[in-house]
Amino acid sequence: MVDEREALIPKVGVVTDIRIDTPDVKTFRVVTPDGKKAFEHRPGQCAMLSIPGVGEAMFSITSSPTNTEFMEFSIKKCGCVTEWLHSMEVGQQITIRGPYGRPFPVDTEFAGHDLLFIAGGIGLAPLRSVINYCRHYRDRYGKIDIVYGSRSKQDLVDYDEIISEWKNDDGINVHLTIDREQPEWDGHVGFVPNYVKELGFTNDKIAVLCGPPVMIKFTLSGLQELGFDKTQVYTTMELRMKCGIGKCGRCNIGSKYVCKDGPVFRFDEIDELPDEY
Amino acid sequence: MQEIKREVLVNKAKELLSDGTVDRVLGWKRGEFDYDVTPGVFRSAEELDSGFVWGDFCGANFSKYLVKETAKGEGRVLVFLKPCDTYSFNQLLTEHRFDREKVYALGVPCNGMLDISRIKESAEGIVSVCEEDGKVTADTLYDGKKTFDRDALLPDRCSNCKSKKHVAYDELLGSDGEVLDSGRFDEVEKLEKMTADERFAFWQGELSRCIRCNACRDVCPACTCEKCVFDNPDSGVENKAAADSFEEKMFHIIRAFHVAGRCTDCGECSRVCPQHIPLHLLNRKFIKDIDEFYGEYQAGAEVGSRAPVVNYTTDDIEPSQAVERGEQNA
Amino acid sequence: MRKISLDRLDALFAAISKAYTLYIPTDTKAGAKFEKWHGEERLSDALNTVRSPKDFFFPQTENLMDFKVEGKNIEVIDTRSECGDFAVFGVRACDVKSFDILDRVFLSDPVDSYYKNRREHGVIISLACTKPAETCFCHTFGIDAASPEGDVVCHKTEDALYMEARSEKGEKLMSAVSDITEDADSAAVDAQKKLIEDRLAKLPLAELSADAFGDGKTSEFFNAPEWSELSEACLGCGTCTFVCPTCQCYDIKDFNTGHGVKRFRCWDSCMYSDFTKMSAGQPRLTQLERFRQRFMHKLVYYPTNNDGLFSCVGCGRCVAKCPIHMNIVKVMKKLGGSKNG
Repeated sequence: MVDEREALIPKVGVVTDIRIDTPDVKTFRVVTPDGKKAFEHRPGQCAMLSIPGVGEAMFSITSSPTNTEFMEFSIKKCGCVTEWLHSMEVGQQITIRGPYGRPFPVDTEFAGHDLLFIAGGIGLAPLRSVINYCRHYRDRYGKIDIVYGSRSKQDLVDYDEIISEWKNDDGINVHLTIDREQPEWDGHVGFVPNYVKELGFTNDKIAVLCGPPVMIKFTLSGLQELGFDKTQVYTTMELRMKCGIGKCGRCNIGSKYVCKDGPVFRFDEIDELPDEY
Repeated sequence: MQEIKREVLVNKAKELLSDGTVDRVLGWKRGEFDYDVTPGVFRSAEELDSGFVWGDFCGANFSKYLVKETAKGEGRVLVFLKPCDTYSFNQLLTEHRFDREKVYALGVPCNGMLDISRIKESAEGIVSVCEEDGKVTADTLYDGKKTFDRDALLPDRCSNCKSKKHVAYDELLGSDGEVLDSGRFDEVEKLEKMTADERFAFWQGELSRCIRCNACRDVCPACTCEKCVFDNPDSGVENKAAADSFEEKMFHIIRAFHVAGRCTDCGECSRVCPQHIPLHLLNRKFIKDIDEFYGEYQAGAEVGSRAPVVNYTTDDIEPSQAVERGEQNA
Repeated sequence: MRKISLDRLDALFAAISKAYTLYIPTDTKAGAKFEKWHGEERLSDALNTVRSPKDFFFPQTENLMDFKVEGKNIEVIDTRSECGDFAVFGVRACDVKSFDILDRVFLSDPVDSYYKNRREHGVIISLACTKPAETCFCHTFGIDAASPEGDVVCHKTEDALYMEARSEKGEKLMSAVSDITEDADSAAVDAQKKLIEDRLAKLPLAELSADAFGDGKTSEFFNAPEWSELSEACLGCGTCTFVCPTCQCYDIKDFNTGHGVKRFRCWDSCMYSDFTKMSAGQPRLTQLERFRQRFMHKLVYYPTNNDGLFSCVGCGRCVAKCPIHMNIVKVMKKLGGSKNG
């Protein structure tokens, strides 16, 4: 036996709770077999989950680091590994390794600022970790705005938590929107980029974007119209990954490795990367 | 030496470019050395003058490039086809892989293309290669000039050339040849005469060198699937490298089965293999069996013909006969 | 410096084999190949092996771990074991340098323990190149074929093999062969170095320069129109990647044996269409983008992250083996402009 820690060798995790968020998103609660958190992480970091024989894939850790008991992963069904995860029952063991990547600068650049979180669809998952971290250390940040949109009310991830907790916090404004009218919805209807412009935020905040590429593109230009500079806007990127430690070469863009140098990037940093993501 | 000179090809290409018959030319581009020519597209007389080469190292079969090239736009592309390339050309047309209207095919005679690795076996540091009267002379860095019989430098696919006849073209440069009575099945017969254990050892020795680079598949004119089964994670055989020693054999055997009846025996697979695995022998075994079971059949000899393996007739061999034969050979 | 007569090479190999598993380049019908020395194997005269020696540290395929799956339960089995000491004889200057390039990937934090294990136990016995080939361009990357690096550096003359230890591991190996080697002065080696320098200067690619490339050149080359012509005939196979001593991208896959699951890693290639493919999309849709990635990585991205060190050693394997004869030399000449004529 080689007496050295090996990043590629995972730990065993147990799925202790499965929540159905939307028709294609489930949130899995994971602990080690002895009931502890598998490891500590920072908001925005990721973990490799795997089912031996099926495969391994990278997911953002959606629970906040301030949760001392367990980790959560909100996962959309869209491939071989995620399909298997969606078919799991409580009690199933999986493997887990991490944490990977550069987190959001919650204790440095974010500290003392008003924050604007903008998410589309499953894009809320990576932001939930940051939002709950900021809620936990509420006095470290200014006003918090959350703009979140999805195709329909049923496609809003974490809807219950948003309604019962986030909406009731002092100094947090939640702005929900769905793409098309539906009977049981009396909130805003329309796409996220337009809603952001309608809400007309002042440019003294730090903005964090996560969602499908087209939403990112139009929201960023909307924010720039509102006077935001690219150095004030963050996002988190997704590329195919295998190792998670900057070696296998898959997530290499320019001189950066998304798994190691990202997944969190500021938009002025993204401008320096070649255009292939 | 090739019968037709470079100038004839270049002039013909220029003529077809200038009269608007084609808007680009698929040809061979000059490399760093005499032997490292690269397939490429020429769009002007100037490009042809400066970069077009034609000679003993222009072995690449352009037929497969037509699949992508014709999908690029409306214009017509000029392609040079050696006799063996024309069989692949027809086979791809049979499989509806490209639009014939978008191609102007010029048949060029071929005297066999040289295999640089045969020269490199006995000469180091090849600076240049030239030919005169059936003798090939390589100028080397350390041993001066070394001379070889041209025939000794031909790869198997050329020394056992199946046909000097062009089976497809719009225009032919030079003279056409005949279908040849080659000894291309001699090696296969040797393998058939081995015991099963000997044959297994032979293929194990050859295939154990495979590095799964996929060059054989990617160059093969019969491999034009949009998504290869070996690139499909859901297929169960996707592995890029050998998970155990048997896996790589599966790759080559599955591939040989998949191209059976469609392989024209162009030999590109063996030409490009960086590990010199004689992959064409697998395909020739299938061709030989098809010939024996169903009567002689040459894939690509004509457009639209149905390979015996996908064409049921009441005269077909009974499965039991094939099994019996297999047992005799075991 | 020590020396041994060439007719006593077998005695040398036998002495090394007592303490190390020894590999030497031998001739096969498909070119030279590193083979384990058992006593029968003859040293190849070929300039270099078809496959690079990266296999010794980063094999084409290797098992990473096993899993036992029972019902809902999973057991992770660490299958790593301490590797035995081994020596690789006859590694050329270019390939020795490739280990530095691989080290910066695999030994940077977090360390790849599979690679490190082999690297710690491997002794590199290098051999100067007396007959560099027309496809060689190691000097482009500052590598001297006359004076390779390595744990033990060898020069083979007409009648003798000269050996010099250059590291602690090398000293240890040399002490194991001290009985059969004798002291030598450097006259013969110096003369050979001079001869090799002369030969290197006359190589067809002697003038090839990498000066146009390196740290911070992404925007200069990324959108260059030349990529289109350079990549137009690329088959998208992995030959260049797999014969390359410095290409180290890998894939991790699971293999169900029926008795458990083996998780293995194997070489992968950025030239392959599925390399970056995700369920959600594909950032590199055409072969141009994949082709560009490979060369940008070697000539720009890697140097940006590694103090200007290029991720190519000029061994010429891709020049010899690419099915369509497109390679880094042609890329550098086309993109590097006037500097490369």
